[in-house]
Amino acid sequence: MEFISVQNVTFKYSEQREQDRLVLDDVSFEVRQGEFVALLGHNGSGKSTIAKHLNAMVVPISGKVYIDGMDTSDENVTYDIRRKVGLVLQNPDNQLVASIVEEDVAFGPENLGIPPEEIRERVDEALKAVDMYEYREKAPHKLSGGQKQRVAIAGIIAMRPDCIVLDEPTAMLDPKGRQEVLDTILKLNREHGITVVMITHYMEEAVLADKVYVVDNGKMLISGTPGEVFSQVELMKKHRLDVPQATELCHKLRACGVEIKYLPLTADECTSMLKEVLQ
Amino acid sequence: MRDITLGQYFPADSVIHRLDPRVKILSLIVYIVLIFCTFNVFSLAFTAITVMAIVLMTKVPIKSYLKSLKVIIVIVIITSILNLFYGTGVPIFEWWIIKVTWEGIRNAVFVCVRIICLILLSSVLTFTTSPTDLTDALERLMKPLKVFHIKVHEIAMMMTIALRFVPTLLEETDKIMAAQKARGADMESGNLFTRVKALVPVLVPLFVSAFRRAYELAVAMECRCYRGGDGRTRMKQLHMVKRDYICIVITLLVIACVVLLNIFGFVIYSLIRIK
Repeated sequence: MEFISVQNVTFKYSEQREQDRLVLDDVSFEVRQGEFVALLGHNGSGKSTIAKHLNAMVVPISGKVYIDGMDTSDENVTYDIRRKVGLVLQNPDNQLVASIVEEDVAFGPENLGIPPEEIRERVDEALKAVDMYEYREKAPHKLSGGQKQRVAIAGIIAMRPDCIVLDEPTAMLDPKGRQEVLDTILKLNREHGITVVMITHYMEEAVLADKVYVVDNGKMLISGTPGEVFSQVELMKKHRLDVPQATELCHKLRACGVEIKYLPLTADECTSMLKEVLQ
Repeated sequence: MRDITLGQYFPADSVIHRLDPRVKILSLIVYIVLIFCTFNVFSLAFTAITVMAIVLMTKVPIKSYLKSLKVIIVIVIITSILNLFYGTGVPIFEWWIIKVTWEGIRNAVFVCVRIICLILLSSVLTFTTSPTDLTDALERLMKPLKVFHIKVHEIAMMMTIALRFVPTLLEETDKIMAAQKARGADMESGNLFTRVKALVPVLVPLFVSAFRRAYELAVAMECRCYRGGDGRTRMKQLHMVKRDYICIVITLLVIACVVLLNIFGFVIYSLIRIK
């Protein structure tokens, strides 16, 4: 079985009424060890709920979620799952517990009951992994948004998870902070081999992933590599979802009769292709 | 609004900073008790000098101490004046109902010095101990209270979170105030009552947001495997080293000196009275 396996999951919050539509309706997908997966969707499409399923914060009404073979609905393994899959939330301000950066990073390992010397080691390692080591004695409220979010990621990394799930980690950040956080996530995935599931509504971020899943109205709409997903411009538009600007530009040019061989995903790809066409 | 000195840590490299926070808290409590156990000028002067010495040893700029004194200067003045006029004994100056006696002057000086020392000592504690060290030390010092089913870990956790969110909520208050002012809210004019009333549109959103933050924080804490104090370890361990023992010895010596000076003063007074 794959590292994360979501099988026919249906979910609805208990306070919802009988006739309300399901938050998640028969969602299935798998994530392999070491993969970088992007989850796309509108607000209220159910993508945050999927994130909460992955570390047993909520359990499905029907269907199963397996993390490394462990069933999330089994309460005996809840904490084992949470130490394997770390969840980073949107607002960095509301995730930090302590008033000193390194103390905050130590919070997770402390909860796991790890001996003090090893916590020290893990904290230093985690802070270095997100390039925040020199800020270890600062107060979180004196950091920028991007820095705070990187501290929050370090707090998860210090628990040495196999996978981190990020629920719109860049939504509240300025462009500079977004880039910092994104670079950190990519580094963790490529250099440290950590599986990443990132929820986002920035198409430019989704392009970086190995695989993209698009959720709409609680259902899995399309999945595949970024190239496969974003080439379906019409389908994405029909569901009021965007495609990267480069893709959209070339799609429109193609519609006007310009000969475009394939749809590019990034600005660099786009410029080199247009150069070719113009020559 | 941004700088509240009470409870603000001032990082510096001094002996006082490096003391074990448990030793620091206990010794400062001892010193505070001592200030109120000085019964004559000699012991008062001695403790005041000790407090000054401690203040100087912290390497925190005197300006910060003056800032925290500024807040209570009114209280100091009022209590001193009250003490000045309510002394009993032979008046040295009398006008209408005001009567100043030697005892009144003595009481005023005592109260003034005591309050200033009290504030200085508590500032020493908050300036030289990081909030986390402080709550950590309190958690460990209160551990024996577990016998009485007091949830020591939970109390310490609440203090940590409260300290963490003070600057965040202050920032938010500023933002909400600015937003309400942009919508035409008037917060600067009117009497006290209207001004308090004008704060309602600030407090309501602040509370709502505080609850939302609390909920999100709880989710984040659960994600990080938090499940109360059981089975939890700490990264920072507190160890007593040589300087902590030296500090304890010095504190004991100061207690002995104050007791001796109290007795010494008592003897001298008695001798003067016999003559």
